[in-house]
Amino acid sequence: MSQAEVTIGGHSSLMEEPTFSVPAKKMAMWLFIIADTATFAGCLVAYGFIRNATPNWPRPFHSITNVALMTLILLTSSLTMLFGVRSAQNGNKAGAFRWTMITAVAGILFATLHIREWMGMINEGATLFHNPWGTPLFSSLFFSITGLHLLHVTGGVIALILVGLRYLGGRYKADDIEITGLYWHFVDLVWMFVVPLVYLLNLAH
Amino acid sequence: MTTAEEHNNSGVGKDLVVYVCMLALAGIQFLIAYQDISASQMLVRMLVVAIVEAALALLFFMHLWENRGLKWFVLIFTVAVIVGLQYGWTDSFRLLDGAPWAK
Repeated sequence: MSQAEVTIGGHSSLMEEPTFSVPAKKMAMWLFIIADTATFAGCLVAYGFIRNATPNWPRPFHSITNVALMTLILLTSSLTMLFGVRSAQNGNKAGAFRWTMITAVAGILFATLHIREWMGMINEGATLFHNPWGTPLFSSLFFSITGLHLLHVTGGVIALILVGLRYLGGRYKADDIEITGLYWHFVDLVWMFVVPLVYLLNLAH
Repeated sequence: MTTAEEHNNSGVGKDLVVYVCMLALAGIQFLIAYQDISASQMLVRMLVVAIVEAALALLFFMHLWENRGLKWFVLIFTVAVIVGLQYGWTDSFRLLDGAPWAK
């Protein structure tokens, strides 16, 4: 046995195995995702309590076109993110950067559509404390929940651009693209619950 | 074609299948919204579809399928938190049925 093998062997016995064989940075992102799941679950369950306990809950949405388009964009952005992660894992730097930026552009498009929808509602008189269709709780909850999600999308877009640029510059590795991708998929996952609860259940019939 | 390329191509194929399934499930949610059923039935149906969609995203997009230990950790912790949040429903029903305006 060489001196190097003795040294490595000695150190490896002192090194602790990563939890669930997941690298520390990735584990940190998973813990953040679990914590954020609790945040969104809390908001959505609170929304459910209030909606259930409020008589004559308003159903102001007449069209699903905008929200359907937003859903399509966000789901497609998850696919482009996957392509980015696969390219990064294969060492294709240019491809990984390109797909990551396409994902960021999809996020910007989603946020733009979201803000356009907000502006439409605000122009009709809906604000955090006022609702022209009935109880002000509706507007408060709508803007709070979709606003929290929009904040996550905005943060995700900034992270995608920064991580993509740093990966292209050689400062970040493929793992960092994968970890940012985990966050982006989570944002997509939350939207799957926001759409039915906040939009589709309040569709005017 | 090398083994790595073959693996990558099959991975992209799987990603596309999962993406199409998720699009279809999202479409089903929108169809449920136009069904002539009660709000509670609609809620249950939409939540079932959303849970299936979320499971697909977690298992295949977020690669939880490939990490058994982490999969159970995430599942048990998340389900425990969400189940714990349900304790307040009784109070919500009390507000609806017990309040003067409910009569």
